[in-house]
Amino acid sequence: MTTSTPGTARDKATPAVLVLEDGRSFRGRAYGAVGETFGEAVFSTGMTGYQETLTDPSYHRQVVVMTAPHIGNTGVNDEDAESRRIWVSGYVVRDPARTPSNWRSRRSLDDELVAQGVVGISGIDTRALTRHLRERGAMRVGIFSGASLADEATLLARVQEAPEMTGANLSAEVATERTYVVPAQGTKRFTVAALDLGIKGMTPHRMAERGIEVHVLPATATLDEVYATGPDGVFLSNGPGDPATADLTVVKGVLERGTPLFGICFGNQLLGRALGFGTYKLKYGHRGINQPVQDRTTGKVEVTAHNHGFAVDAPLDRVSDTPYGRAEVSHVCLNDNVVEGLRLLDRPVFSVQYHPEAAAGPHDAAYLFDRFTELMEGQRA
Amino acid sequence: MPKRTDIQSVLVIGSGPIVIGQAAEFDYSGTQACRVLKSEGLRVILVNSNPATIMTDPEIADATYVEPITPDFVEKIIAKERPDALLPTLGGQTALNTAISLHDAGTLDKYGVELIGANVEAINKGEDRDLFKDVVNAVHAKIGHGESARSVICHSMDDVLKGVDELGGYPVVVRPSFTMGGAGSGFAHTEEDLRRIAGQGLMLSPTTEVLLEESILGWKEYELELMRDKHDNVVVVCSIENFDPMGVHTGDSITVAPAMTLTDREYQILRDIGIAVIREVGVDTGGCNIQFAINPEDGRVIVIEMNPRVSRSSALASKATGFPIAKIAARLAVGYTLDEIPNDITEKTPASFEPTLDYVVVKVPRFAFEKFPAADASLTTTMKSVGEAMAIGRNFTEALQKALRSLEKAGSQFDFTGEAGGPAEKDALLETAKVPTDGRINTVMRAIRAGATPEEVFDATKIDPWFVDQLFLIKEYADELASAPKLDPELLAEAKRHGFSDAQIAGIRGLREDVVREVRHALGIRPVYKTVDTCAAEFAAKTPYFYSSYDEESEVAPRERPAVIILGSGPNRIGQGIEFDYSCVHASFALSTAPNPVGGYETVMVNCNPETVSTDYDTSDRLYFEPLTLEDVLEIVHAETLAGPIAGVIVQLGGQTPLGLAQALKDNGVPVVGTPPEAIHAAEDRGAFGRVLAEAGLPAPKHGTATTFAEAKAIADEIGYPVLVRPSYVLGGRGMEIVYDETRLSSYIAESTEISPTRPVLVDRFLDDAIEIDVDALYDGTELYLGGVMEHIEEAGIHSGDSACALPPITLGGFDIKRLRASTEAIAKGVGVRGLINIQFAMAGDILYVLEANPRASRTVPFTSKATAVPLAKAAARISLGATIAGLRAEGLLPAQGDGGTLPLDAPISVKEAVMPWSRFRDIHGRGVDTVLGPEMRSTGEVMGIDSVFGTAYAKSQAGAYGPLPTKGRAFISVANRDKRSMIFPARELVAHGFELLATSGTAEVLKRNGINATVVRKQSEGEGPDGERTIVQLIHDGGVDLIVNTPYGTGGRLDGYDIRTAAVARGVPCLTTVQALAAAVQGIDALKHGEVGVRSLQEHAEHLTAARDN
Repeated sequence: MTTSTPGTARDKATPAVLVLEDGRSFRGRAYGAVGETFGEAVFSTGMTGYQETLTDPSYHRQVVVMTAPHIGNTGVNDEDAESRRIWVSGYVVRDPARTPSNWRSRRSLDDELVAQGVVGISGIDTRALTRHLRERGAMRVGIFSGASLADEATLLARVQEAPEMTGANLSAEVATERTYVVPAQGTKRFTVAALDLGIKGMTPHRMAERGIEVHVLPATATLDEVYATGPDGVFLSNGPGDPATADLTVVKGVLERGTPLFGICFGNQLLGRALGFGTYKLKYGHRGINQPVQDRTTGKVEVTAHNHGFAVDAPLDRVSDTPYGRAEVSHVCLNDNVVEGLRLLDRPVFSVQYHPEAAAGPHDAAYLFDRFTELMEGQRA
Repeated sequence: MPKRTDIQSVLVIGSGPIVIGQAAEFDYSGTQACRVLKSEGLRVILVNSNPATIMTDPEIADATYVEPITPDFVEKIIAKERPDALLPTLGGQTALNTAISLHDAGTLDKYGVELIGANVEAINKGEDRDLFKDVVNAVHAKIGHGESARSVICHSMDDVLKGVDELGGYPVVVRPSFTMGGAGSGFAHTEEDLRRIAGQGLMLSPTTEVLLEESILGWKEYELELMRDKHDNVVVVCSIENFDPMGVHTGDSITVAPAMTLTDREYQILRDIGIAVIREVGVDTGGCNIQFAINPEDGRVIVIEMNPRVSRSSALASKATGFPIAKIAARLAVGYTLDEIPNDITEKTPASFEPTLDYVVVKVPRFAFEKFPAADASLTTTMKSVGEAMAIGRNFTEALQKALRSLEKAGSQFDFTGEAGGPAEKDALLETAKVPTDGRINTVMRAIRAGATPEEVFDATKIDPWFVDQLFLIKEYADELASAPKLDPELLAEAKRHGFSDAQIAGIRGLREDVVREVRHALGIRPVYKTVDTCAAEFAAKTPYFYSSYDEESEVAPRERPAVIILGSGPNRIGQGIEFDYSCVHASFALSTAPNPVGGYETVMVNCNPETVSTDYDTSDRLYFEPLTLEDVLEIVHAETLAGPIAGVIVQLGGQTPLGLAQALKDNGVPVVGTPPEAIHAAEDRGAFGRVLAEAGLPAPKHGTATTFAEAKAIADEIGYPVLVRPSYVLGGRGMEIVYDETRLSSYIAESTEISPTRPVLVDRFLDDAIEIDVDALYDGTELYLGGVMEHIEEAGIHSGDSACALPPITLGGFDIKRLRASTEAIAKGVGVRGLINIQFAMAGDILYVLEANPRASRTVPFTSKATAVPLAKAAARISLGATIAGLRAEGLLPAQGDGGTLPLDAPISVKEAVMPWSRFRDIHGRGVDTVLGPEMRSTGEVMGIDSVFGTAYAKSQAGAYGPLPTKGRAFISVANRDKRSMIFPARELVAHGFELLATSGTAEVLKRNGINATVVRKQSEGEGPDGERTIVQLIHDGGVDLIVNTPYGTGGRLDGYDIRTAAVARGVPCLTTVQALAAAVQGIDALKHGEVGVRSLQEHAEHLTAARDN
């Protein structure tokens, strides 16, 4: 969705404008590449972890507004990216760093955005924009700078022509094209077939740490391809887009067979749909690393990383009957009671809406990967 | 899991007097906690010796004991009240140490009192360096991160010297165990340093224990604030990054929230370590603070220390995030879990989350080195600052510049006027910047102006390059402002976005501040106000807690009720502390419920001090966390004017800071209520005040004003030496001195750099042997309410803030009170006061001299209010807005009849004692600073002793301030010639009480002639005797002296006593430096020896007083 020339030099004060589909606009300065870009405007409240956020495939086709004002302070390093490239379609910050400072920093974020052709804007009232999105909901947006600038009516018309997120099927655009294997660290204990719907690098890493060999398959992999890896368990990754557009054949096939299944984020939504629950778009989503989620089996609260615009519509107050046995909501967000996890009572299947791999974010939910290995262990016994 | 049902009453221990390292933040925390516990239906019993606190207001707890916080007194309270539980984590180190003592002595077991909020094991694990090291090792074993600095524990100087070798040589850090605010710690670069610092540390530590540590000087420093509930839910409330790298106590560092230079991976490592530490230590229902150092080269993380309690940093974190740590800690202590507690600000979401900030918070310390010229002003691991200011901005530069101007101190803001300097200056400035000092950031900025590169700045200071770049950013805007052909809107707006004040811009452009403001307003460039909401706007905020920013959208909501804007007192400093915050908070409480046509005012608080109750978002209807400069206040008034009607701005409660703005506010059309600016001038201007006195026929000491030495000499010659000299318009007696001769007068004038025709020096006759009297009164234009009359223990010449005093006065008769009342009324009327006035009188011979009048709330208002059980500040706020004393009497806010001058004979006696910070300061040679009291105020805080007789009340005040008066042992007496007569009677009393007297030869002679035996001891100057006879200083150090009386000798003999007094401070031996204090102490000792000293709550005292008043 981005039109720009990678590597274009930019004057310090190159003007830029951000136009929302409802007509509100913000004037600032170009940040990253000069040009134009479109996407769904969403805000992320994490104060750390911009490098992980930018490279999270779930942000594909989204223009991300950072609520933390100072972005880029620690530069860009060679270790923290969550995938091979930046996925956000546009980036909105208030005060970008001029001099990055960190012993691991290799280059500035600004340079990285330019190199990858990511159009951004800086110097705008990001809090005003965030409050607007909170009140009006996530919506389409365009950022324009350089030659793309025009009168606001023209720009608004262009924003309104851009595609919407609802109904978008995006997994295939971000997923790997061919299968690759992340080897287990130490002794290999399990094999997991992970369906890449937009997977983050930390997820197979967290599994590998636990002795799991992870076969990462393209989003389009068939059930046979999944089982060709000889999996002890199947994993459904996070990813962008509207879960209502996804093909559920593979998920249903795995459920039929009763293989241990773990899903994260988009994976949680696919499991939900496969179980017969609906999914819906949240007004402005959950994007941050400070969200309180309660594990309803233990009552304990974990502080978790979130990045989701859609959620599963499942009853909180009772166990549901599904084609694959009884299911219940295992986790819930204490801020707004959104379903944050599902679990089957009769099969080794569970999923969470948030990010236990936590990059960026707190490590409170890392135990879920242990829970997955326990399920696989149990299945063997 | 709901509240525990097995606890019905809780004892909360406060932190006592304000001292360096333990200040108003514990009033904020304790007040929050008491209110929460009370709202939970518990009976709250509070002990705190500090009357200047909101927490000791009688309505905050059910039973409030203004008694010394010693195990002895707290046991008496426990025996009387029999609380079910004791909450020790909200009163700083004082409360924690007291609780541990009570536990160790078996007192808690004896009375069946359960420690809540922290258990003894957790406290010890957090506080004991050895145990904490084990904790860190255990954490490392579990999660693979976090380690301690390599270190050795030492219990003797031998251990210490061996330890250095083990660590691989100098420099090393010395940290005594169990001391507060890092007292006694420091860096040793040589063996000489080491012997001095470790020797002192072994002495200060109650367990004679110090820790030697590898140096991590120059590393990055961070803090995390965590909370944990009994269900093992843990949240990190806030991360804080220190601008000043390791080596400067965090209380003395510029600090920033959130952390600015960590990647998520590094931040999550700190978080993981923090959570593992709080679990390992076992803080299971409350908060803790953990400090980290990170090697900037490779990211190695060292866990420095943890405090298993609410701390100064947690108060800062609460204000920085809107997450009220103390309030939540109190709820957790009584059994709630985090997810059961709602987030006040959103009302909809729970407290079991981690606040996220969309702004930057900067805290800067405020120092008082000008009060202690002999003290070494370099910053070390011992905290030396007396207060702090916090500012919030949408970026670092805005927050930093706001914070610097909040300090309200000449030179605290970046100065871009004048020559930038060349390479020679640059090198000199960088050299200076290597040693951290008060104002180092300004030195760094000057170096940058003189051409220093970012690398050079980093090499000299180790300040993180990101922060250094931000300083360059500010400097570049200053350059643009200087070189731009005109102030165009874009440049002006950008400069404001980076925190430049109108005054700064005016300085750079050679304009007047008001001209810049006019231009700015004409261009429509004004700040907007954003909300501190804990969640970066993810949810709607219900609490109007605002800060300004030059951004696009303002969040100030319209309102219908008229607003009263209360200007607070800014950062705590010597002379302007928590007492003023007390008055502001009271005004807010009183006005929000004041009967008016619309049912109360909307109270709007403005302040920049994060330690205070006034900056709790719960205190007022709206809170603006903003600097108290004219520019910032005018913008708030403008924003609130747009929001709704304004009833007025109150300037008379926050001390000199808002008072100084009164005229300018009025000139800008702001409605100042209460005492008008003209009246303030009439009290503060010498000439105008002289006319008021003349008209009323009241005598003042002879005086004059001078702008040159010749003028000063002429005045002094006419009125006679000694004279009291001081600059005009100052608070806390800044620069005030008693001058005995012409030579000193000449040097005083030469040293006074700020003298000008508009700021002359005042020269007053000094009244020897006068009794000083302080009066607090209310005046509504027709009626006077005498709030209280305080008789100073020390004679005139010692600053009233440093002097002990008694209320009701102990030696004044009804006739004197009558005269005081008449004089006070005449002055209040003559000046034109509407609200509070404080007047200082001196009674010399039979003449009542007027020393000065302050048309505002004074430092003594909280003391007077508590001693007489009348809320003077509340009444003053009401009078400011038009209420009359008669009306307030009818309403019941003031007593129906009588006042503070007509207290019944059996009214309790309250004694206020000042607390001095001597032990905090060393000169550059590492020696203590002198402890003599003088006309310049140097105390940081105060305590109150209250009892039915003076002696007991005085003894309590001493126990609260310095530790109990001795009732036996050896007393050393050495007094100035002029004091020798008045010493005889109290000395005889000491002997009668069984004391052995020690004296230097001169004093011993006088005593002998009066039939009192005293052992002659050698002066320090005489050195040790031939047979190893110890000098008095050696004896003090040996622990062989229990009480010291040493009065300074005029100008000359001061040095003689210096060693004695500093030794007394070092050993913690009570040291009386006036003969009046000796007389009072003797009465106190007498009271202690005759029968049990009891405890009585303020509520009981008030009941007694009310009953007596009604009779």
